[in-house]
Amino acid sequence: MAPSGRRPAGGIPDRAPIVPVALAAVAGLLFALPLAGLLWRAPWSAAWSELRSGAALDALRLSLVTSLSATGVALLLGVPLAWVQARVDYPGKQVVRALTTLPMVLPPVVGGVALLLALGRRGIVGGTLARAGVHLPFTTAGAVVAEAFVAMPFLVLTLEAAFRTADRRLEEAARTLGAGRLTVFRRVTLPLVAPSLVAGTVLCWARALGEFGATITFAGNLRGTTQTLPLFVYVKLEGSDPEAAIVLSLVLVTVSLAVLVVLRDRWLSAR
Amino acid sequence: MSLVADVGVELDGFSLDVELTIDAGRTAAVIGANGAGKTTLVRALAGLRPLSSGRIDLDGAVLDEPATATYIPPERRSVGVVFQDDLLFPHLSALDNVAFGLRRGGRRRADARRSAAAWLERVGLAGRERARPDQLSGGQAQRVALARALALNPALLLLDEPLAALDATTRNETRRELRRHLATFPGVRILITHDPVDAAALADHIVVLDRGRVAQVGSPGEVTARPRSRWVAELIGTNLFSGAAAGGRVALDGGGALTIADRSPAGRVFAVAHPRAVSVHRHRPEGSARNTWPGRIATVEPLGDRLRVRIEGVPAIVAEVTASAATEIGLVPGSDVWVAVKATEIEVYPE
Repeated sequence: MAPSGRRPAGGIPDRAPIVPVALAAVAGLLFALPLAGLLWRAPWSAAWSELRSGAALDALRLSLVTSLSATGVALLLGVPLAWVQARVDYPGKQVVRALTTLPMVLPPVVGGVALLLALGRRGIVGGTLARAGVHLPFTTAGAVVAEAFVAMPFLVLTLEAAFRTADRRLEEAARTLGAGRLTVFRRVTLPLVAPSLVAGTVLCWARALGEFGATITFAGNLRGTTQTLPLFVYVKLEGSDPEAAIVLSLVLVTVSLAVLVVLRDRWLSAR
Repeated sequence: MSLVADVGVELDGFSLDVELTIDAGRTAAVIGANGAGKTTLVRALAGLRPLSSGRIDLDGAVLDEPATATYIPPERRSVGVVFQDDLLFPHLSALDNVAFGLRRGGRRRADARRSAAAWLERVGLAGRERARPDQLSGGQAQRVALARALALNPALLLLDEPLAALDATTRNETRRELRRHLATFPGVRILITHDPVDAAALADHIVVLDRGRVAQVGSPGEVTARPRSRWVAELIGTNLFSGAAAGGRVALDGGGALTIADRSPAGRVFAVAHPRAVSVHRHRPEGSARNTWPGRIATVEPLGDRLRVRIEGVPAIVAEVTASAATEIGLVPGSDVWVAVKATEIEVYPE
């Protein structure tokens, strides 16, 4: 055979083109550098005492309480909503879907303003609520509502897709085995969507924990009542104690990484 | 103890109207092409699709009757279903799949599990209690599904193409297994299938469905021997013999024997020869056909563009010939002829 120039065994030379690789590297740095910055500037020696300061502990405790409550609210209302959206045909379903998805794309501050106008003292139903003794703005309950408003769509959308794809014939098989509708839901449907339920719940909780804009607008920034961890971090960074802000930011980063680990099969496997 | 059903279901563009009466301890095979309404019938009987008209009466209790606004939901019917793709619950072990219905029936967990384990043993799956459905083979999964339905001892057992999703070998095994379990099941059984071999092997009674209507009813022998339409003939009008196979020969139960191409089958078998593969001759044929025997023409019936010729002999057989061939060799009832079937044209299934 005549020599035919360079001819690699694997077909077309697989040399990575320079431009996209360079841009990809810049993108990678965009994500990596801030994290490196946090780690570099962290006051490691003072970290423990910063964490144990009363204000930081208050913010941490409040964040856990509000984010878990918001997740609870999201589960209580979001699971039925996702089920109805997936399984019941009714007029206006698309509108409801758009409305429930909106908080995901809406600037959270706008969400907070909207919540004020609806549930605030002079809002659409706020007056009625106030007369009934329910005060939401500038209360811990208000922070929970703001977080649920922003975070619930993550649970609903994840779960709705799961309800839609769950094999309904399995539910029918369960009916023929003597299970009523509620039992079918508990014993068959929920286990079938369990992976999505876990993913949606974790996602919803992470979003609630990080909520800033809607909370500060609707619920305010009152230490021990509505000043959650992100609000505390912001205040500290602007004010007297940037080191505390860095330490608490690291706490939130750790939580986020833990969420990624929980959801790794869903998001990190590139298949 | 019986099922008396007049099933009327209207779906967009399709209507099902089927009358069925089946006694307990009997198996009816409902056979039909895709779209004939077989699955709709199962769904209606199970209560997964309410009737549009008619009435379903099981052991004297009305399950569904639109005229009197009676409708018993599936979970309150004594109807068991074995679905085509087993439909085992993927999150439960084989044992808990079988125990599922027992638990719903109010049995305590330990009791339900004991009973489920006994059922798994009866279907030959002892030791696989903890397996998840995705760890079971297709045949094993279908046996779990059968155990799950039988464990509730329903008054009516619906088998919706239980063998269709299985490969040929598993299918034969599972069919034999199914036959054994049906024999001891006391209730009414309905087998949905599109396979005449399944119908003949498992049923006492065949109901042929065509586009939502009953096209023909009868014993497997009657229906395969005397299909009432071209369509039924195409579907199930085949020669089906049972007998004992050994060394490439099948000794038929009704007398006579057939030589088959495959020497491996042994024991009880079904031998199937399509009427088109049967040739009819005036004189003893000299050729490659390994099976030839004399007979006398009983009937000649036109069926579309062909004639269906029934020949009495040992064994009796049905042949399909073209009209021109029939006139050429003078096929009329009473004439003596020879029948030839190639060994390679005979399919054999274990009984």
